[in-house]
Amino acid sequence: MGIVSPGFTGRQRGGTELPPGQYLTRDFPVLSAGPTPHVLTEHWEFTVTSETGEKYRWDWAALMALPAEEITKDIHCVTRWSKLQTTWKGVSLDTLLADVETGADYAMAHSYGGYTTNVPVDDLLDGQSWIVYEFDGEPLDPEHGGPARLLVPHLYFWKSAKWVRGLVLSDTEDLGFWETAGYHEYGDPWKEQRYAGD
Amino acid sequence: MERTAIRRRLTWQVATVTDVRRETGTARTIVLEVPDWPGHLAGQHLDVRLTADDGYRASRSYSIASAWSDSQGSTIELTVEQVPDGEVSPYLVDVLKVGDPLEIRGPVGGWFVWKPEQDGPVQLIGGGSGVVPLRAMLRAHAHTGSTTPFRLLYSVRRPESVIYVSDLKELASSDDVDVRLVYTREAPAGEPRVGRIDADVISKYAFTPQDGATTYVCGPTPFVETVADLLVAAGHDPARVRTERFGPTGGPR
Ligand SMILES: Cc1cc2nc3c(=O)[nH]c(=O)nc-3n(C[C@H](O)[C@H](O)[C@H](O)COP(=O)(O)OP(=O)(O)OC[C@H]3O[C@@H](n4cnc5c(N)ncnc54)[C@H](O)[C@@H]3O)c2cc1C
Repeated sequence: MGIVSPGFTGRQRGGTELPPGQYLTRDFPVLSAGPTPHVLTEHWEFTVTSETGEKYRWDWAALMALPAEEITKDIHCVTRWSKLQTTWKGVSLDTLLADVETGADYAMAHSYGGYTTNVPVDDLLDGQSWIVYEFDGEPLDPEHGGPARLLVPHLYFWKSAKWVRGLVLSDTEDLGFWETAGYHEYGDPWKEQRYAGD
Repeated sequence: MERTAIRRRLTWQVATVTDVRRETGTARTIVLEVPDWPGHLAGQHLDVRLTADDGYRASRSYSIASAWSDSQGSTIELTVEQVPDGEVSPYLVDVLKVGDPLEIRGPVGGWFVWKPEQDGPVQLIGGGSGVVPLRAMLRAHAHTGSTTPFRLLYSVRRPESVIYVSDLKELASSDDVDVRLVYTREAPAGEPRVGRIDADVISKYAFTPQDGATTYVCGPTPFVETVADLLVAAGHDPARVRTERFGPTGGPR
């Protein structure tokens, strides 16, 4: 469909490094469905539950003891802002899932506060996803998901579950919080998969 | 958390501007005729897409300000507050005119919504243009004849910044609706308090945790963060506090 908006000129055209429909921001906006949970690291726990019900747990000290990586990635929020070259520190999901016995294709991330989001296991592995606890060299603010959040930067940012507390692995694909509310089940920003059916 | 299944493909459609109304010096309500509008729930939003004549496009999300009823036919309303140096909002507030086409896609969002059949009283807390989806909920409350108690706490800078002045007067005349304004910069004569919503305001005017209300908080991110934290600190169940954040954090992160 091609209409022109009478009198609209828009901003100066930027480069092409952004996915379609995104604009650049220097802020770090927040998208969440409720109040920010304030979780203390001494109470924090991360649990992976396999499709057979086997549980693997890490407390904060165990997470800190794992090899950490510095990550620099562009992030893209479905509300249309993108932020380039954000820097994080955290543990690769390859490391966390290394000893988990699973053949599951799907993961549901669960957060403190009740948020959920679904991500295919393939998108969590091979250096694509992390549990991060620092942003820009500082401990991650609660507002932005601290003490730790999932980081899956190649998908829209709602997949990077804030206040993450675990992954539940499954052979079947279930839908998470925003996905159930009409957002796309996969959420590739480069294909502009914002809403169901895109 | 509650689930709502709304999985339907959303396509862009061309709406036509049939009316515009100034709300304040910086905000305007736009009335749109949308031939194929499927209806919406109070609190949902839509995406607006603008196209320049070289094909360049920009999109933003806007809450739907009106409630849906079949009798309104295919008309919906948006209310837009102009953000200084913004790309899209100044166009919607100052340039778009009656008769112009506007591409939209929606409705979107199944969480920040109020349904008349929902249990319990409703507390609405809005800051600035965050009142827009709350107005849709108040409208839905009015035209479904619901007797659910509603309270609106609306934070504005000064009397001239109030969006929906006459509308709010009319809505507040209902026995089931309480409207309370909080002025952060300048209050009208007879209103001694000037300041942001704080724990005191919450405990005085909002439903208590025992009332079993669902609370909807909407506005700029720092406003929503502050209010949601105050509610949780006052003992409100976080699962009953729903938030919608409109803007950036205001800081570098
Ligand atoms: C779900 C949802 C619903 C929304 N509903 C409404 C609505 O009903 N009415 C409405 O007016 N807006 C609403 N917004 C905000 C709207 O989508 C735009 O962000 C806003 O109109 C600014 O767009 P712009 O293109 O004019 O500014 P941009 O070009 O995007 O931004 C220009 C500058 O202003 C800053 N900025 C952007 N937004 C804001 C803001 N809200 N407050 C202060 N500074 C800002 C940016 O950081 C940037 O520096 C909603 C947003 C969301 C996510």
